[in-house]
Amino acid sequence: MHKGEGSVDERHLDYAGAKMGMWIFLFTEILFFGGLFLLYSVYRMKYLAEFHSSAAELSVVLGTANTVILLTSSLFMALSIAFLRKGRRGLSLLFQLITIGLGLFFLVNKYFEWAEHIRQGIYPDSPVLLDMARGKIIFFSLYYVMTGLHGLHVLIGVTIIAVMAAFTRNETIGPLDFVKLENTGLYWHFVDIVWIYLFPLFYLIT
Amino acid sequence: MTEAAVPQHGLTSRLYLLVWIVLVALTAATVAVARMNVTAFAALISIGIATVKAGLVLVFFMHLKHEPLILKVMLGIALLALSLIILLTFSDVWYRWGAHVHS
Repeated sequence: MHKGEGSVDERHLDYAGAKMGMWIFLFTEILFFGGLFLLYSVYRMKYLAEFHSSAAELSVVLGTANTVILLTSSLFMALSIAFLRKGRRGLSLLFQLITIGLGLFFLVNKYFEWAEHIRQGIYPDSPVLLDMARGKIIFFSLYYVMTGLHGLHVLIGVTIIAVMAAFTRNETIGPLDFVKLENTGLYWHFVDIVWIYLFPLFYLIT
Repeated sequence: MTEAAVPQHGLTSRLYLLVWIVLVALTAATVAVARMNVTAFAALISIGIATVKAGLVLVFFMHLKHEPLILKVMLGIALLALSLIILLTFSDVWYRWGAHVHS
């Protein structure tokens, strides 16, 4: 498939380098979220009872639903890469759009969850929260910071997948040059892994 | 390099689907365990299941299985660094707060 000014061979492709670069970025993300998980663990040790009673206030149903939604989105992300490599552009695009849809679905659920807490007066620096026990204040602060930063990552991921969908459509990426979509996938799966840990820590340990 | 990254045969989709089924099953298992209230080990079991899930995503969805050794070593170093940070912090916290927690 010839496009633009040159053939595929004239484009600069460094597959291994592009992927290693993405992984190195993900290592910085591991340490970024790792620091927050460390903070959570230390304070959970100090305020065990209050962490447990606070976690009981979160909706296990919404948390479980969001876990399944993200896992499913990861499946479609992985499939979209496999099908782009096989040259099935249409299916790849469809699966990317499904991934975007599931990512947005996750965020909508997150919105309802946060809205319910905020309605109860529980949000950072709120008078209701500041009146609570110290461990509860720390739990909900970590809850907002960690699920908030994770939600931001989901939003960024959805945006990047949308760009990839456009790239797939205009054939910027294809069976011969798919590393952009693959790196997008790496980012998306990493965001999924972060949620895999957030879910038990905030929703289940009660 | 490019050819080795992902198996090209038709089984890829089926493998992904299988991994997804296991991931959802593990999610159900972790919720069930939490409901059972085995307080002593609940946290450990939850983290254990989460780590198995994370491993499945890493190995299959993120193709770690097919990556060159250098990348696996690099990931190992990153995870080792995180483990050391957690371990060292906890050795300090235990010393400071241990008495407080146990009293």
